Amino acid sequence: MIPSPPSANIQLTADGRLKHFLSIEGLPRSLLEEILDGAASFVGVGDRAIKKVPLLRGKTVVNLFFEASTRTRSTFELAAKRLSADVLNIDIAKSATSKGETLMDMLWNLEAMASDMFIVRHSDSGAPFFIADHVTPNVAVINAGDGRHAHPTQAMLDMYTIRHYKGGFAGLKVAIVGDVLHSRVARSQIHALNILGAEEVRVIGPKTLLPKDIESLGVTVYTDLAQGLRDVDVVIALRLQKERMDSALLPSESEFFRLYGLNNERLKTAKADAIVMHPGPINRGVEIASEVADGPRSVILHQVTFGIAVRMAVMSMCISGQESGA
Amino acid sequence: MSKKAHLLIRKGRVIDPNNGRDEVLDLLVENGRLTRMAASLDAPGAQIINAEGLLVLPGLVDSCVHLSEPGAGRSGSITSETRAAASAGITHLCSQPDTYPVVDSTAVVRLIRERAGQAGFAKILPLAAMTQGLEGRQLAEMVTLKEAGCIGVSNGSKPVQDTLVLKRCFEYAATFGIPVMLRPQDEALSVGGCAHDGAVASRLGLIGIPAVAETIALSRALLLCEATSARLHIQQVSCAASVALIRDAKLRGLAVSADVCIHHLLLDESALENYRSDCHIQPPLRSQHDREALLAAAADGTIDAVCSQHIALGTSSKQAPFPASKAGISGVETLLPLMLDLVEQKAFTLMRAIELITSGPAHCLGRQVGHLEIGRPASLCLVDPRVQRTPAQQWLSAGKNSPWLHTRLYGMVNLTVCEGKISWDRELHNNAPEPAQ
Repeated sequence: MIPSPPSANIQLTADGRLKHFLSIEGLPRSLLEEILDGAASFVGVGDRAIKKVPLLRGKTVVNLFFEASTRTRSTFELAAKRLSADVLNIDIAKSATSKGETLMDMLWNLEAMASDMFIVRHSDSGAPFFIADHVTPNVAVINAGDGRHAHPTQAMLDMYTIRHYKGGFAGLKVAIVGDVLHSRVARSQIHALNILGAEEVRVIGPKTLLPKDIESLGVTVYTDLAQGLRDVDVVIALRLQKERMDSALLPSESEFFRLYGLNNERLKTAKADAIVMHPGPINRGVEIASEVADGPRSVILHQVTFGIAVRMAVMSMCISGQESGA
Repeated sequence: MSKKAHLLIRKGRVIDPNNGRDEVLDLLVENGRLTRMAASLDAPGAQIINAEGLLVLPGLVDSCVHLSEPGAGRSGSITSETRAAASAGITHLCSQPDTYPVVDSTAVVRLIRERAGQAGFAKILPLAAMTQGLEGRQLAEMVTLKEAGCIGVSNGSKPVQDTLVLKRCFEYAATFGIPVMLRPQDEALSVGGCAHDGAVASRLGLIGIPAVAETIALSRALLLCEATSARLHIQQVSCAASVALIRDAKLRGLAVSADVCIHHLLLDESALENYRSDCHIQPPLRSQHDREALLAAAADGTIDAVCSQHIALGTSSKQAPFPASKAGISGVETLLPLMLDLVEQKAFTLMRAIELITSGPAHCLGRQVGHLEIGRPASLCLVDPRVQRTPAQQWLSAGKNSPWLHTRLYGMVNLTVCEGKISWDRELHNNAPEPAQ
């Protein structure tokens, strides 16, 4: 029979260090904490006069974005530059594979440029696994979002934000609201919260936006927002893309907002000190009201700041994992 | 292909599920026909084959093979793939109409039959397209295609969405006694999908195809079968709910049969862990519960046949992220070994396992093959059940797309005779250079 090892193994060295960062699923708690602690040490770098540390000096980092992105790509680029790496941005949406070049051919070409790290975003779930499986040894692959599968650095910056505001994860109730079906962020957050020891992870949405058997990931499913928000410490709103209205998943943005949109009134059932997060970019008046996005509970802008530090931590850990050669 | 065989096969364990035979016998093939079966035979002049310790089986019948020719962007040729089939004991294979161009004109049927005839490794029983271009709009020339040699009609893996068109296909086919083959899949419910809509797909972020995509299309086909009295064969069911529908239809007396792909009997959705693209198939591998229901149904007769659903693909077809990889497994060479593996696992008796790949599919296809009958052209194979090896040690298909390449399996085939002619001789193969393709 075919062996089915957990999907995590490919990203670890023999002695359990990170050498790729593809998915949070299956990683030990100690590694996630190492990322958070590492990020904490990098948070101050952005405030210095010279915003650089030499950890990746002489390394070449390639941003391989098969799917358009501004924010994620910029934060990865900034993170790499603050680590003193050389950065190459390749916007593949416009080039190579659209001319018939296969993904494999393109990878071999890029490897020939002596790259040390690929930051990959791709619309196909599993694409970074495929790339990590086929690159030559010593090239680290970091998943910057694949299909509906995972967006592990986003989830880790969310964990950083939660730990920053809540001090830890023990006893925390976290609600993830909205389009879980299409969300790679939500899947990664669910794994991270469970590994880090949150008391309860809830997902809230209509059945058209909830993946089949999602309970198996370790969440409680709520279809009613008020019930789902009761006594939670953290509320994470997910972005609802406009295209969803065209495929019979929802009748309209306004009905969605009326049933699942976050406003101050609805947040009353949450804990008094509950924070509100959003992976961005936000749709005001669709998944979140301006009074919440700009209000005292919102930590949305801090998430972006922490994002650079978390990505610096992950990149330096992967490079050192690769260099350890284990 | 060699001349008509003149063979005396001695002391093999003859298993013929068609009449429940399981005994050690001598078999005489004269001038290509099976003429005698008895405890001890003599035949001066015949080539004597010592089959002691071997299984002597009817030539295997594979009820679903996707051809590499013409077109279709697959690997290999009719020659390479029928040779691979012969090396695994298959003498008859039912080809799907999804070639390029599709099998909706007599020219394509002729081409397939000619190429298969010239190669001489196995008999192809072609299915014609049910609708022109498999587009689901206009009926194909079913009668003309039947006269050209097609044994039935099917729309392959392309669902006929329009229920009126489907009803008319059934009515027209029923008028002329043409069997209808149908792989049930609702198009709208499966669009973009590449995995079973369940826990594994949700976790891996793969777009799911729910079991209802199959059962809705299956229910519709069964109701139309009842209304039109068409002879219906259901291809490659994949879930427990489909098994229940077919069981119920058979109880109601419908002229319906069904097959399942061998891989659905051995694998479930968990095989997709780590995005294993060589386990990307359609219909998708479903839950363990579904797999168990399929095994039980194949054992109790609700499912009549097990097929390979062979598709030979080039390496680049699988060298891609899972959703972008092509679906399909090169399966003819592992059909028998995997069935023997299921016997080993006590899922089937040996007799039932052989029936599911010989007379079972033959009945589904309405053909007088898959059995050992005196007086008919001999189609049989000699199998060594004692030797265990990996398929990779002798892989003939041009498609290397199989999750089983390095799994140790029993069921090496020493000799295959297809309609009176030797189509595979392992010793000859081992000593001969590669033939030109």
